[in-house]
Amino acid sequence: MNIKKLEEKIFKGLMIGSSMLIFGVLLYILYIIIKKGLPSLSWEMISQIPSGGFYLGKEGGILNAIMGSLYLIFFSVVISLMISVPVVMYLNFTLRKKSRFSAFARLTFDVLFGIPSIVYGAFGFTVMIFFGLQASLLGGIIAVSLLIIPVMIRSIDEVAVLIPVELIEATKSLGATNYETIKVILRQLLPGISTAVLLSIGRGIGDGATVLFTAGYTDSIPTSLTQPTATLPLAIFFQLSSPIEEVQNRAYSAALILTVIILILSFSARYFSRRFSKNKI
Amino acid sequence: MEVFTVPFIKEQPKPKVMNGSHSLNPHIVVENLNVYIKGIHILKDINMTIPDKSITCIIGPSGCGKTTLLRSFNRLHDDNVDVKITGKLFVDNEDIYSNGIEVTHIRKKMGLLAQRPCSLPMSIFDNVVYGPRIHGVRGRRKLYEIARHQLVAAGLWDEVKDRLKSPASTLSIGQQQRLCLARGLAVEPEIILGDEATSALDPISSKTIEELFVTIKDKYTVVLVTHTLRQAKRIADYVAFMYMGELVEFGTADQLFNHPKNQLTKEYISGGFS
Repeated sequence: MNIKKLEEKIFKGLMIGSSMLIFGVLLYILYIIIKKGLPSLSWEMISQIPSGGFYLGKEGGILNAIMGSLYLIFFSVVISLMISVPVVMYLNFTLRKKSRFSAFARLTFDVLFGIPSIVYGAFGFTVMIFFGLQASLLGGIIAVSLLIIPVMIRSIDEVAVLIPVELIEATKSLGATNYETIKVILRQLLPGISTAVLLSIGRGIGDGATVLFTAGYTDSIPTSLTQPTATLPLAIFFQLSSPIEEVQNRAYSAALILTVIILILSFSARYFSRRFSKNKI
Repeated sequence: MEVFTVPFIKEQPKPKVMNGSHSLNPHIVVENLNVYIKGIHILKDINMTIPDKSITCIIGPSGCGKTTLLRSFNRLHDDNVDVKITGKLFVDNEDIYSNGIEVTHIRKKMGLLAQRPCSLPMSIFDNVVYGPRIHGVRGRRKLYEIARHQLVAAGLWDEVKDRLKSPASTLSIGQQQRLCLARGLAVEPEIILGDEATSALDPISSKTIEELFVTIKDKYTVVLVTHTLRQAKRIADYVAFMYMGELVEFGTADQLFNHPKNQLTKEYISGGFS
């Protein structure tokens, strides 16, 4: 066998092997979560808030954490979108594509992207103290938004740089104003935006460190922004650190719930972005 | 040097007017137009008069400023801070570079066909009626009529009438270019600008587009930048030859191809350089 063929084989093997490894790890994680979590998963678990002896293995559920996480991620994603989309528009369509400022801004976002989430948590905490806020849903939303804004900006930006100048010129040559042009660009960006939202949801909803100081933990469902809130990652964390086996198993079912929520959000985001992109303005 | 091997004969009867750049109905008048990009002098003192309801082709070697000139007609340089423009450019006796002129108003008068067709991210129908919609035309029936009319004019109706709702990106490149023409026509412009509009197309689509230009010139002023001399010979009524940012010669197709006055023009059209 000549050396070129061997090379081909090695690389092909490497590609298949790596893909299989990743896929295998994913399956294994799902297997563990389902195996350990499914037996203790019950309707009670997702429909009730913890009762008095919940953390000792008595009845109750984690509805507080489910609702808390959903509230948190919903508001964070909305706020981040409202900030990220204009930033990306500015970087790509108002500034010249390769200006010094935009290069600097992109570098900044990359750095922010790489900052560990506990740092955002700590930063959010100091901001809260500064404003005299206690651990609350609002605090959590601020911290999670800070965490996911760089993720969003960078992933929308990846798509925005690919938008051809011709699209902008085609729109403008029809007599469109800047605002109308931006609407067309947004439509073109829609798949990118939905991917960005998915990535952000994944990063934000599963992150425990940001909400540890900022959102607090409570057994009830928050009814206002100033109340503390429970979140799924912390629910998993607290239950898993319990010495009681039943409670530990509940941590796995909480993990299962978190995974299912992410899957549902992913699929629905993809579905809706596909539907929207077919319709008119 | 042997300049003309085959004398150029135009298939169609020549239109009425004819004396250099002096026409009875000037549509676009360029006066001392200078364009600088990043301080480099790209267009030098361009003076020309483009007559209405005819096809004017701008020819010349690559990098001579053809596209820059065409893009100054509908102020597409506006968003580029590197570009500086001096001089006057009249469309319908209105200086489009004077203060207080709405740029959208200028652009609405002109349809632009780019080198590569660029369909908007929406359905075929929405692409055609995009222009009318942003200019305030409402009502399903009305918009449908506009779409049908323009798609027929662009020779695309029969191919797309059953799938008006499908995304425009599903069309072939040739079809997309015709869609872009229909979209441009839908804003009821007076002028059609084509920037090498057929160069990315297959021969059949490009022939269709050329024929369309010839059909629509009764109603519109068509200005085309083209790389292919043969295309200019086939369809042009007037030809402008540019070289190194200067307008070397402007005249009727017959004049420029059969009796060029300038030595450079002679060399260019005989294939001396490209």
